[in-house]
Amino acid sequence: MSMSETQSVAEIKERNKELIAEVLQVYPEKTAKRRAKHLNVHEAGKSDCGVKSNLKSIPGVMTIRGCAYAGSKGVVWGPIKDMIHISHGPVGCGQYSWAARRNYYIGTTGIDTFVTMQFTSDFQEKDIVFGGDKKLAKIIDEIQELFPLNNGISIQSECPIGLIGDDIEAVSKAKSKEYEGKTIVPVRCEGFRGVSQSLGHHVANDAIRDWVFDKSAAKPAAFEASPYDVAIIGDYNIGGDAWSSRILLEEMGLRVIAQWSGDGTLAELENTPKAKLNVLHCYRSMNYISRHMEEKYGIPWCEYNFFGPSKIAESLRKIASYFDDKIKEGAERVIAKYQALTDAVIAKYRPRLEGKTVMLFVGGLRPRHVIGAYEDLGMEVVGTGYEFGHNDDYQRTAQHYVKDGTLIYDDVTGYEFEKFVERIQPDLVGSGIKEKYVFQKMGVPFRQMHSWDYSGPYHGYDGFAIFARDMDMAINAPVWKMAKAPWKGAAQPRLLAAE
Amino acid sequence: MSALRQIAFYGKGGIGKSTTSQNTLAALAEMGHRILIVGCDPKADSTRLILHAKAQDTILSLAAAAGSVEDLEIEDVMKVGYQDIRCVESGGPEPGVGCAGRGVITSINFLEENGAYEDIDYVSYDVLGDVVCGGFAMPIRENKAQEIYIVMSGEMMAMYAANNISKGILKYAVSGGVRLGGLICNERQTDKELELAENLAKKLGTQLIYFVPRDNIVQHAELRRMTVLEYAPESAQANHYRNLATRIHNNAGKGIIPTPITMDELEDMLMEHGIMKAVDESLVGRTAAQLELA
Repeated sequence: MSMSETQSVAEIKERNKELIAEVLQVYPEKTAKRRAKHLNVHEAGKSDCGVKSNLKSIPGVMTIRGCAYAGSKGVVWGPIKDMIHISHGPVGCGQYSWAARRNYYIGTTGIDTFVTMQFTSDFQEKDIVFGGDKKLAKIIDEIQELFPLNNGISIQSECPIGLIGDDIEAVSKAKSKEYEGKTIVPVRCEGFRGVSQSLGHHVANDAIRDWVFDKSAAKPAAFEASPYDVAIIGDYNIGGDAWSSRILLEEMGLRVIAQWSGDGTLAELENTPKAKLNVLHCYRSMNYISRHMEEKYGIPWCEYNFFGPSKIAESLRKIASYFDDKIKEGAERVIAKYQALTDAVIAKYRPRLEGKTVMLFVGGLRPRHVIGAYEDLGMEVVGTGYEFGHNDDYQRTAQHYVKDGTLIYDDVTGYEFEKFVERIQPDLVGSGIKEKYVFQKMGVPFRQMHSWDYSGPYHGYDGFAIFARDMDMAINAPVWKMAKAPWKGAAQPRLLAAE
Repeated sequence: MSALRQIAFYGKGGIGKSTTSQNTLAALAEMGHRILIVGCDPKADSTRLILHAKAQDTILSLAAAAGSVEDLEIEDVMKVGYQDIRCVESGGPEPGVGCAGRGVITSINFLEENGAYEDIDYVSYDVLGDVVCGGFAMPIRENKAQEIYIVMSGEMMAMYAANNISKGILKYAVSGGVRLGGLICNERQTDKELELAENLAKKLGTQLIYFVPRDNIVQHAELRRMTVLEYAPESAQANHYRNLATRIHNNAGKGIIPTPITMDELEDMLMEHGIMKAVDESLVGRTAAQLELA
């Protein structure tokens, strides 16, 4: 299927450049000029991918992006399981983001954990006109009464909160005082702020800094430190990702004191400033708080990648390098322990996937992080792009991940993505639910790479086995052989009409 | 029945919009027209002189109490005052909270949907001084008010506001049918006030509909929460309002699309009339002490 097998890098680059020129042609002049800066063909050796990023999307192009509220409530805060997160504003934002991210957690929902529940202030016209602060205070009272085992509350602002100037900080402070210093966090993540969900991540990180760290600093320490304390930062436990990561760290001798934020708790957030090392998976959504902890508490942080055995081994050794020989030996032991599993997975799936090409378009870290896992299976990522990445993401992508000639598309538009896939004809597209059926109807195998298509985990060695199975299942499903248009087959004798 | 006329009074805060509009509408009522006043100011004092009291039951306060605006009936919010003038107040939040602009939109939609505009000849909107956001522009949008009357005086800031409101009208004049009916000068006894008002009207492409002279009788009436028309119907001031009412009535369909001027042109105009001295640009931004040294 793939054309790249028979093409040289120079030919691929030429084709990709033509393709970019072709999609730009259909835009009005001004749009073409702006979009041109977001599309590029990667040149090996360059320090970044040569695209502009984190800029406002152009109206009408059908961007795949989300909003600041999605970044805060949906990504950073939502998975904190023992807190209640109020979607503050009209009902839609909460309703449509309800339990949408498959952040697995352990607990009794509705009793001591609340991740898959939806709390909203359900703004009505009168709340807009007269302000919603009184309603918010009432909701907090109701939450305290109905869910007494909640350990904290966050207020996730929807657009109108910022527009009408509600003082959610004052309500939070007053209610916190009333409930004996309870953690109540106002988050100014109004959807209209910023150009994508990325600002929501930042706002949410800052809220943890200002309303969790600073507050918990005053609490008496109930924490006994060990020399091997690490915190997992930026793993949202999609389909159990953080769990299949955590066991590797523990097996090498580290103690995981916090998971940010998949299956995480408020107490874990509060304890993190006592970690010896923060290990950071999703750089984009949680580099801010990692930098803050480095600056304020002197905690180093290290980026890692738990997709595919090559990157896992590299990452385990990198993490171990921050510790003593016991941990370094532990890392080697873990790598050795899973070698047999890895070999078996590769032996089974690599022959079925060798040479297959992939195009990705995802969020935070995946447009680069999953490349290694595909390569471990003999596959090749021929195009990738970030929904809301910044230049530092494209730097990391260029320096550590993509091959010469890879097509790069930042904040890709609906039209561009379709055209690119149509022309490149990859063996697999990995993106989100909005893209899935477009490409499947084009006859191109597809995997959702936000939700793992209701599968997972994909992190860690256990995750790799599932990842390999899922990719094989998508690409080699017999259904694709039936997707050929009947009129494109051999000519059939036309008898029926004559009968 | 003649076609419904929808008019609105705009102008700088404190210029006398509510007083002028209520007196003028009282005169129109006296002439036999059926009037509805829609107060679009959160202070809810646009109908005070007609009702002899500040309206307590505003649309928004009642809606908040009942749950939503859909729970209200038109009878709940409409009061009848002097000369059978019907009065509603939009109301709104206390200063510093919520969104009063959204309140205006909610209220006007409620009135339209519930038939408040049936069996009347005039709807008059009395709007908060500064058009601070889209909500307060509601009466000039979407074919609500057809003619806007700007209440102003010879003071610089009042004229500045009049010019700004004209910009707002211009913005919606093309998409909707709103027109500038004219300027109403509420005398402040500033220098060359009439001349200035006439000149500004000319520059905006409109007319000075009326020059309302200053008379303390207005304050006397207001202290009694009455219009001059009711308090002293025989007074000269009452006749002035009757004249203004007649002019507005005869102004149907004569509104224009305004031609707002720039700040510089406005300053030039004031200089032309000797109200403001030409400013030496080299002096701008320099303190008295600095000038002393120079």
